[in-house]
Amino acid sequence: MTELTTFWHLWVSAIVIGSMIACGILLTLTLKGQKYNEETDQTTGHSFDGIDELDNPMPKWWLWFFWSTIIFGVLYIGVYGIGGWTGFSDWSSHGQWEREMAKAEEKYQPYYDKLNTMSVEELATDKDALATGQRLFASNCAVCHGSTATGALGFPNLTDSDWLYGGSSDAIKQTITNGRTGIMPVGGLGGEKTASERSDIAAHVLSLSGRVGAGDAAKGKALFASSCAACHGGDGKGNQLMGAPNLTDNIWLYGGSEKQIEFTIQHGRGGVMPAWNEILGEDKIHVLSGYVYSLSQNQ
Amino acid sequence: MKHHGIVEKNLPLMIVLIVIAISWGGLAEIVPLFFLKETTQPIEGLKPLSAVELEGRDIYIREGCHVCHTQMIRPFRAETERYGHYSLAGEHVYEHPFLWGSKRTGPDLARVGARYSDDWHRAHLFNPRDVVPQSNMPSFPWLFEQKVDGRDTPKKMTALRYVGVPYTDEQIESAKDTADGVREIDALVLYLQQLGTVLTNKR
Repeated sequence: MTELTTFWHLWVSAIVIGSMIACGILLTLTLKGQKYNEETDQTTGHSFDGIDELDNPMPKWWLWFFWSTIIFGVLYIGVYGIGGWTGFSDWSSHGQWEREMAKAEEKYQPYYDKLNTMSVEELATDKDALATGQRLFASNCAVCHGSTATGALGFPNLTDSDWLYGGSSDAIKQTITNGRTGIMPVGGLGGEKTASERSDIAAHVLSLSGRVGAGDAAKGKALFASSCAACHGGDGKGNQLMGAPNLTDNIWLYGGSEKQIEFTIQHGRGGVMPAWNEILGEDKIHVLSGYVYSLSQNQ
Repeated sequence: MKHHGIVEKNLPLMIVLIVIAISWGGLAEIVPLFFLKETTQPIEGLKPLSAVELEGRDIYIREGCHVCHTQMIRPFRAETERYGHYSLAGEHVYEHPFLWGSKRTGPDLARVGARYSDDWHRAHLFNPRDVVPQSNMPSFPWLFEQKVDGRDTPKKMTALRYVGVPYTDEQIESAKDTADGVREIDALVLYLQQLGTVLTNKR
């Protein structure tokens, strides 16, 4: 942390203390010659339109208030310091924050230490851990995955047993810690596809979950083998190493209508799960993993 | 009380004295900060915004985002737990003007960068209720139709250079071509995604 030089410390001190002394002197000088026991009928000599400006002394309550602000200033400097001196309380905003953090760590760390001795699977059945995890989920994850973790178009449902990158405790923890970046290129391997090709591939993809499309599914099957199978697998069951979705279970991240499938082939997709290790830290990610793991265990 | 008539009857003198009285506090509170490295030096790794990010920032200002969102995390545990490391003066030395804001109808955005995906930001800005059902943030669908006009981008960067933002000649020359025609939503998301990411130690 850099500091002001001695010159600027003296500069600030001189202005502050000088101003306080000057205010006191001004007040004393103004009072000079004024009597305080009675109202005078003296005027300032300023008269306009027959109205005289009286020269009455300032009210006592006002004077005492003025003096008390100067005394407050002296006390304030005593507590919080001036220039390079940090005062009797040694207060700083950074120091206050550090004390808050230390106090919180003392209070919560034993709890996290206890949870850290448990496995993710154990956390998923622990009432306290689930309550903590649910809170963490609501503040950090619900924004995309929804407060019930059922996801939305483009944001995966975490309550079913269909996992893009795997639903094991390790995989979940890995996903939260480092994030994931999904890449579905435009048109799959080999680049853009024509409208009829897209329609054919969509027909084949639909057939994988027992549905029928408008395109030629047989042609689509051949195109699928060359353009899509590298990631989604020859049978369309997906690949969790690459986050390639299973296309046969009728669970759709970006919509499963024929139009939506063709749109996905035409424009590609790039789902991103951000990394949370720097934001949440290991302890919280551990608890959170337990909560997310628990979501799909009751089926 | 003898001489106050001189001040009362002499308006220019009164104006000068008022200006001195008002500036007096600034001499102690503001002037020393011009000479404090902590407030004038950028933190390590801070770069000026790129041409597109700069246009995104102007869209942020145009749409009044700073009216409901602050970009200033105060050093309280309640804030650092939610938003990340408290804001440092050195993170904002290239900002003219600052967008610290003063009112939080929505959450602080000082470190929103890389916290959510680009897709999420686009969905959220198109209609916040699509992803956050209880949100009262307005929708900004026109950002998806309008394109950035890059004609003024080099001028903006030149103006910023006058006040100390170290843009290079190359950056300014290429600014028009890089920024021109970018969808406003993409410029804004690019701006949002870099917010507060220079300070890597977020905890």
